[in-house]
Amino acid sequence: MKTDEMNPAVVADNRESVSFGTRDKDFSKEPLCLSGRGVTRVFHTGKVTTVAVDHVDFDFHKGELISIVGESGSGKTTLSKMLLGLLEPTEGEIMFQGKPRDISTGAKKREYWKGIQAIFQDPFSSYNVFHKIDSVLLDCINMRGGKNLPKEQKIAMMTEACSFVNLKFAELTNKYPFELSGGQMQRLMIARIFLLKPNILLADEPTSMIDACSRATILDMLLKLRDETGMTVIFITHDIGLAYYISDAVYIMEHGKFVESGKPDKVMLEPEAPYTKRLISDVPKIHEPWDLSTVELLQKA
Amino acid sequence: MKHTLKNVFHSPRFLVGFIIFMAILLTVLIYPYFVHRDPLQGLGKGFLEPGTYVSVYDANNTGTYRVDLPEAAEKRLESTLPAEDRQMMLDFLKAKGVDVSGLDASNDKLEGLLAAWKENYDEADAKKNKYEGFSTQAKRNALRRLDNRISGDNSNVAMSVVRGEGEEATSTAVSDTDYVKVDEVANAITLPLGTDNFGRDTLTELVKATGISLLIGLIAGSIATMLGLLVGLLAGYVGGLLDDVLMFIANIFTVIPGFVLLILIYSALGAESRGITTCAVIIGITSWVWTARSVRSQVISLRNRDHVNLSKLSGHSLFRIVTTDILPYIASYVVMAFILQVSSGILAEAQLSMLGLGPNPNELPTLGLMMNWAKLFGAYTSSNAWWAYFPVILMIALISFSLNLMNTGLDQVFNPTLRD
Repeated sequence: MKTDEMNPAVVADNRESVSFGTRDKDFSKEPLCLSGRGVTRVFHTGKVTTVAVDHVDFDFHKGELISIVGESGSGKTTLSKMLLGLLEPTEGEIMFQGKPRDISTGAKKREYWKGIQAIFQDPFSSYNVFHKIDSVLLDCINMRGGKNLPKEQKIAMMTEACSFVNLKFAELTNKYPFELSGGQMQRLMIARIFLLKPNILLADEPTSMIDACSRATILDMLLKLRDETGMTVIFITHDIGLAYYISDAVYIMEHGKFVESGKPDKVMLEPEAPYTKRLISDVPKIHEPWDLSTVELLQKA
Repeated sequence: MKHTLKNVFHSPRFLVGFIIFMAILLTVLIYPYFVHRDPLQGLGKGFLEPGTYVSVYDANNTGTYRVDLPEAAEKRLESTLPAEDRQMMLDFLKAKGVDVSGLDASNDKLEGLLAAWKENYDEADAKKNKYEGFSTQAKRNALRRLDNRISGDNSNVAMSVVRGEGEEATSTAVSDTDYVKVDEVANAITLPLGTDNFGRDTLTELVKATGISLLIGLIAGSIATMLGLLVGLLAGYVGGLLDDVLMFIANIFTVIPGFVLLILIYSALGAESRGITTCAVIIGITSWVWTARSVRSQVISLRNRDHVNLSKLSGHSLFRIVTTDILPYIASYVVMAFILQVSSGILAEAQLSMLGLGPNPNELPTLGLMMNWAKLFGAYTSSNAWWAYFPVILMIALISFSLNLMNTGLDQVFNPTLRD
């Protein structure tokens, strides 16, 4: 497996296939998948009140790849947990497929989670170390209602999912997740999504803990999955350069608020908010000296 | 799992603790198959020193063998010459003006004393000189009898055994070279740890008491760990109002000194209704608080981990998440807490029994009860019966030592930062 990741030919091949196809498509005509109005989350720690997410509005359409960009502590992860239904918003409303989201009971939550799934930042802590890889994948089949399928069919499904992410199920069966590399674990996460086929995939910095070579592979797989299934991908990242290349829409988040949003070309090439300018100037450019002017400006302010 | 077990048994501390504990446990389990004695049965009256006791009656009715030990007479003298006689010899020698500075009435000095006696005592001399303190005829007769015994003239103290009754009675003389074989004597008993104040065999009692104390520790430890685990999991995972309520209760338990609470409950129950199980249960339900607190804090740090979130997203139920995604991660900690709870349960029982608040003393012995009896009947003080309390103290120390050693060993295996 490792040789695949290291092989420059494979990586280069994957890079070429990164899709730019939907950048210019107008998604506003597509049905709404997930939207929010005035979504707010406040944390109370003793007497200190922290507003992690502050009245944000958003409209995510079907098939769209949305990037939410912000630095650490800007409220990205809190927002993603609210979108996933792991946290309740203090204020505001989240609409799922045009209707107000109802996750008040366990059964309704389970139903909601059939439509929205996630890939987390740290592949090493995403797996229960006591469970084998087989049980991780079997869980997904069971969740899609395949509990009573014959064993051969289940194995065929798992093999297909693994081969989608360039893994061999025969080599993984009876292994524990911690026996894999970080890149392999994250690919297994994508295989999980492949089996679940949710309407919305929330990817919370899925490449930030992985080496640069595996990163391209994983992004490519995510895009391929989006193209095949037509799912909405919400991509949460601190890497504005990456967001520019892959997104159909970008939301820039600062201190719990969206300071700028729109098509990536508009946001990146004609940034309005000073925060966006700073984020863009912070992207290292290989052939130019590092532009520190915005940092100096911020320090003066 | 296999790997962890291997690591655990490679830890020298754990291994030592485990071996000690297993040795104690095996002794407790196997001993009753060899000694079928009721541990609470009184064999005699009061404290008997450790040793082998042979029935005189049966010994006299057992066939004798002639054995001629060279030092027999001397040893016999050593064990039969009373302290007052030795003192009398010293007094006489002093009165005669012999230097007795190196001599006293102890067994070590007996040889020197006898030599000095043989050199200086002469019946005619004593009669003639009337030394101070030995001027009367009675005193001089006493000196003469003593001298006879020392010189081995046993004619005055010859022994005979009378068998049968009335006319048919026959008398047999017992020679000082007659020996019986201990195995052949119908009734002989070896008491390696003597008897306690009730005349019970201390060793049998100790083994039984160790078993009962371990059982109390086990029940108390299980209850405390279960309760602590349940409260900790609920408070930590569910959180919110339930967390506040449970932690409020836990805080109340923390503020009230546990031992005082234990004493109050115990004395309110009365000795008759305090069985072994009751004692264990009460110890268990007063000592869950620290387990609950630490389980709660561990669960809180676990519940926001990605693998728990992922499990939620996979639609698993609360019960399943707690049992498969939380419990295995804190299992090592719970095992360690359990070992400590067992140890502290045994100690709590011993402390309570020492205060006279232990389980009903008429049913079964416990380590604490044995200490309490030793205290009540003066084994520490007047009787100086070390065998009635020292082995008990040693046993309590060994049990908690081995359990604590196992705990530190596990701690080293599960917390790599503690490894040296």
